[in-house]
Amino acid sequence: MINKKVNNVTVALQGVTDNMTLMLGGFGLCGIPENSIAQLVKLNVKGLTCISNNAGVDDFGLGLLLQKHQIKKMISSYVGENDEFERQMLSGELDVELIPQGTLAERCRAAQAGFPAIYTPAGYGTEVAEGKETREFDGKMHVLEYAFKADFAFVKAWKGDEAGNLIFKGSARNFNPNMCGAAKITVAEVEELVQLGSLDPNQIHIPGIFVQRIFQGETYEKRIEQRTVRQRS
Amino acid sequence: MLDKNGIAKRIAKEVQDRFYVNLGIGIPTLVTNFVREDINIEFQSENGVLGMGPFPFEGEEDADIINAGKQTITTLAGASFFDSATSFSMIRGQHVDLTILGAMEVSENGDIANWKIPGKMVKGMGGAMDLVASAENIIVAMMHTNKRGESKLLKKCSLPLTGVGCVKKIVTNLAVLDVTENGFRLLERAPGVSVEEIQNATEGTLIIEGDIPEMN
Repeated sequence: MINKKVNNVTVALQGVTDNMTLMLGGFGLCGIPENSIAQLVKLNVKGLTCISNNAGVDDFGLGLLLQKHQIKKMISSYVGENDEFERQMLSGELDVELIPQGTLAERCRAAQAGFPAIYTPAGYGTEVAEGKETREFDGKMHVLEYAFKADFAFVKAWKGDEAGNLIFKGSARNFNPNMCGAAKITVAEVEELVQLGSLDPNQIHIPGIFVQRIFQGETYEKRIEQRTVRQRS
Repeated sequence: MLDKNGIAKRIAKEVQDRFYVNLGIGIPTLVTNFVREDINIEFQSENGVLGMGPFPFEGEEDADIINAGKQTITTLAGASFFDSATSFSMIRGQHVDLTILGAMEVSENGDIANWKIPGKMVKGMGGAMDLVASAENIIVAMMHTNKRGESKLLKKCSLPLTGVGCVKKIVTNLAVLDVTENGFRLLERAPGVSVEEIQNATEGTLIIEGDIPEMN
C-alpha cells in the first residue's frame, strides 16, 4: 500500500502558491471541497485561475475566495447566484471563461486520461467556438477543445482510505472523480477516512493512483442552495 | 391561451413510454407533474442523477442529493448516480431520448439562444450547449413573446446562440409548432387563440397549411 494520508489541511495544501491553476470539484455547493477552500482563504494566495463548474455563492464555496479577490480567472459553465462574482466580472476585475458543462467535464477527463484534446459538437456555431479548430465527422461539425493543465485538483469524497481510494455519495460525485489525476497534485478531502481494508475494492469509484494526498475534513457545513420539499398528505 | 402549467401539460403528451428525459429549469421542470402514470420513464439530471423522484418530505432533505437546479430531490427505485463526464456521455452520446428546455429566442431554422444577454445577464450555458448540440429530439418550452411583447420566434436570433439548427418542436402559450426547412409550421392553436393572433406574434416565417386544430 502506498500511503497518501496527510494529517491535516495545512499539510494537504503545502505547495500552493500565487498564480496557480486549481481545479475544484462540486456542483453548486454540493460536493465542494469545503476544508481546502477554507485553507485557500487562510493562505491568502492570489492571482488564482480556478476551474470549477460554478463559483459558489456570495458567502460560501468559491465566493469566499472571490470576496478576498484571490481569483484572477474563473473557468466555469454556470455562475449565477453570486452578486459579487457578477460585479467583478462586469467591472473587468475578474476574467471569466464560460464553457459548456460537458466540455468542462471532458477537458478534466482528458487531462486525467492523457488525451491532449477532444472533439465535441457542443458549442459549434456559437461564440464558444470562435477561434477554435473545427472538424467534420460523419456530416456533423465538432470543436477541438484542449485538456486542462492544472497545478492542483481539490476534490471531496464521502469515504476514502490511506491508499487514496475514494467513494462518493449521491450527486456530490459530479466533477470530483473527473478532476482526480487531472492536475499535477490531487488533494482529496473525505468525510470519513476509514481503516485500510474496510472499503470493498468492488465499490471504489476512484482508485488511489489518481490521488496524491488524502485527509479527513474537520467539519462539513453542506449548505443547501435550494431547499425544496413537498407536503406530507 | 395557455399558462406555464398548460405549456407543460401539452409537452407531457410528447413523452413516450421508455423515454429517458432531460428537463431544463423553469417550465420544463413542471412537465413532471403531467406525465401519464401508465408509462415508464426516467428523468436524467445532468449533475449526475438518473431516476429522479419528487421533492423530499420536510426534514428528509439531503444536501448530497440535488438536481441541476440545485434543488433537493429524492430518487426512485432503479436510480443511479454518476460523475459529470458520464452524465454528458449520456447526453452527447444520444442515450437521452428527449430534451425539454426553455429559450429566449428560436429562429426559423432551429437555432436557439438561451444563455446570455450581452451586458445584462451572463450566468453561463451550463449543460445547454451540450444538450442542444447532441439531442435528436429537442422541444422548446417558452412564452411566444417576451416581456416587451416582442416575438421570440424569429427569422434570425439576435442574442448569442446556444446551438444551431437543433430545435425540432416548440410549445408556447399560443401554439405548437414544428421547425421545418421552410420555417415554423403551425400544428395546433392554444384554446381560444386564432391563427391571426399567432401570425401577429411570430416574426419568423409561419407556415399555415389547412385548418389548424385547437389543442385539446
